[in-house]
Amino acid sequence: MFDFSVVTTWIDEGLRGIMPASGAIAIECVLIGVLLLAVYAVFALVLILAERKVCAAFQCRLGPNRVGPWGSIQTVADMVKIITKEIISIRHVDSFLHNLAPFLVIIASLLAFSCIPFAKGLQILDFNVGILFMVAASSIGIVGILLAGWSSNNKFSLIGAMRSGAQMISYELSIGLSIMTIVVLSGTMQISELVESQNDLWFIFKGHIPACIAFVVYLIAGTAETNRGPFDLPEAESELTAGYHTEYSGMHFGFYYVAEFVNMFIVAAIATTVFLGGWMPLHIPGLDAFNQAMDYIPSLVWFLAKSVVMVFVIMWFKWTFPRLRIDQLIRLEWKYLLPLNLVNLIVMVLIVALGWHF
Amino acid sequence: MNSLVKYFSDFFSALKSLLTGMKTTLKVFFRKKTTELYPEKRGSLYVAEQFRGRLEMVHTEDNHHHCVACGICQMNCPNGTIQVESQTVTNAEGKSEKVLVAYRYDLGKCLFCELCVRTCPHHAIRFTNRFENAVFTREKLALVLNRPGSSLQPKPAKPAPADTNTNPAKPE
Repeated sequence: MFDFSVVTTWIDEGLRGIMPASGAIAIECVLIGVLLLAVYAVFALVLILAERKVCAAFQCRLGPNRVGPWGSIQTVADMVKIITKEIISIRHVDSFLHNLAPFLVIIASLLAFSCIPFAKGLQILDFNVGILFMVAASSIGIVGILLAGWSSNNKFSLIGAMRSGAQMISYELSIGLSIMTIVVLSGTMQISELVESQNDLWFIFKGHIPACIAFVVYLIAGTAETNRGPFDLPEAESELTAGYHTEYSGMHFGFYYVAEFVNMFIVAAIATTVFLGGWMPLHIPGLDAFNQAMDYIPSLVWFLAKSVVMVFVIMWFKWTFPRLRIDQLIRLEWKYLLPLNLVNLIVMVLIVALGWHF
Repeated sequence: MNSLVKYFSDFFSALKSLLTGMKTTLKVFFRKKTTELYPEKRGSLYVAEQFRGRLEMVHTEDNHHHCVACGICQMNCPNGTIQVESQTVTNAEGKSEKVLVAYRYDLGKCLFCELCVRTCPHHAIRFTNRFENAVFTREKLALVLNRPGSSLQPKPAKPAPADTNTNPAKPE
């Protein structure tokens, strides 16, 4: 299987050969930053198009089909349009916080995005508490959303932001605990090791019942974490016009929009990495020929294919279920998911302690 | 104890109903799409039969219509869309009768309420599902529905009193 670290090492050695180490590191940082932003933007465009197409298919429509073949460059046109739009400055807002908030959201999303292991050796941030860092970094987005609501000087924005804060802080617990269940099973928090240790079998199969429960809980909590339907009540348009980003215009609104879609991908990518083996091909112990055949499919394809399936499931949720009320939302988390998760964690600890997993 | 049972039964029944919903939407996802690609697939569009595109007068193959120029459609039209122009002629039997000259219909004023079609005693007019009504000037929307040279469909030959004049010729 192709290891992408060959490429990165080759670039690194080439740069170190022609300049001092500090210069090489500076150039690499800039290169990675630019690459990350470009990939981030491309993912956002593809995801928005995919969302529109999937939504259309769920409603027996065709979706965008005028710009480019099958509407494939519709979102590029939308991007050009939103970049050229005016950013309206509103009176009586806290202008510093108002302008800062979208960047906080996008930075949080970008930090989490940089932790994703896309393929073998293709990962930017990788250290011993990687998965913890990823969950922590993605939570900074709450600050941006709360600031957006607070600084907008608008009742609806503030209500939306407070709902969002309550929701995200609650569901953060479920995300943390369901990932913790798998950390107990794997014994590591480093993302690359998490993927490597699924070499023989993916964690969802290795941990059988508790892993499956953790997976379902993670998907529910992840959907809530990204403020997507059926948990999209922070921006419930029938009640709050658009929630926390009502007062934003132009590209500042675009940042929220883009971050929401990439966050959905990040949730799907974590689900893939932690439960479905990340870029690791499907290996079944004992079937060596099968495992060999699976290794011929590139690791990037494995990762993206699994992530696409997870993204589809999250979109499927959105276009199936009606929106929850705020009390139902909080009750679901604190009375159902959290106790289930805690019991599940204890079961997993017992299973690991007694060696009952595969 | 009872509330504990309710807690778990609620949990599983909710889970079941959610899965039922997801099954339904997945079926819809793979269903044939109803969107019609308009300019591309213009030849094979599906337009519902009962769609009220524009009014037309029913004509037989030998250019006869069924309009007796009674004017009921004109009276029923809420918007003054229809003008039935008629003249009174004396037919071969010596009786005077109304004959349609021009059935004027202004598409630009039509509400597509279908009251004219419903009240027509002779089923002389109907709505077609042709929907491409856009033109550049308003004058083109004023239509004359009876074709040039058309005439009233002759009554089927009565089996009753075999008289000399079986075929009352209709004057144009």
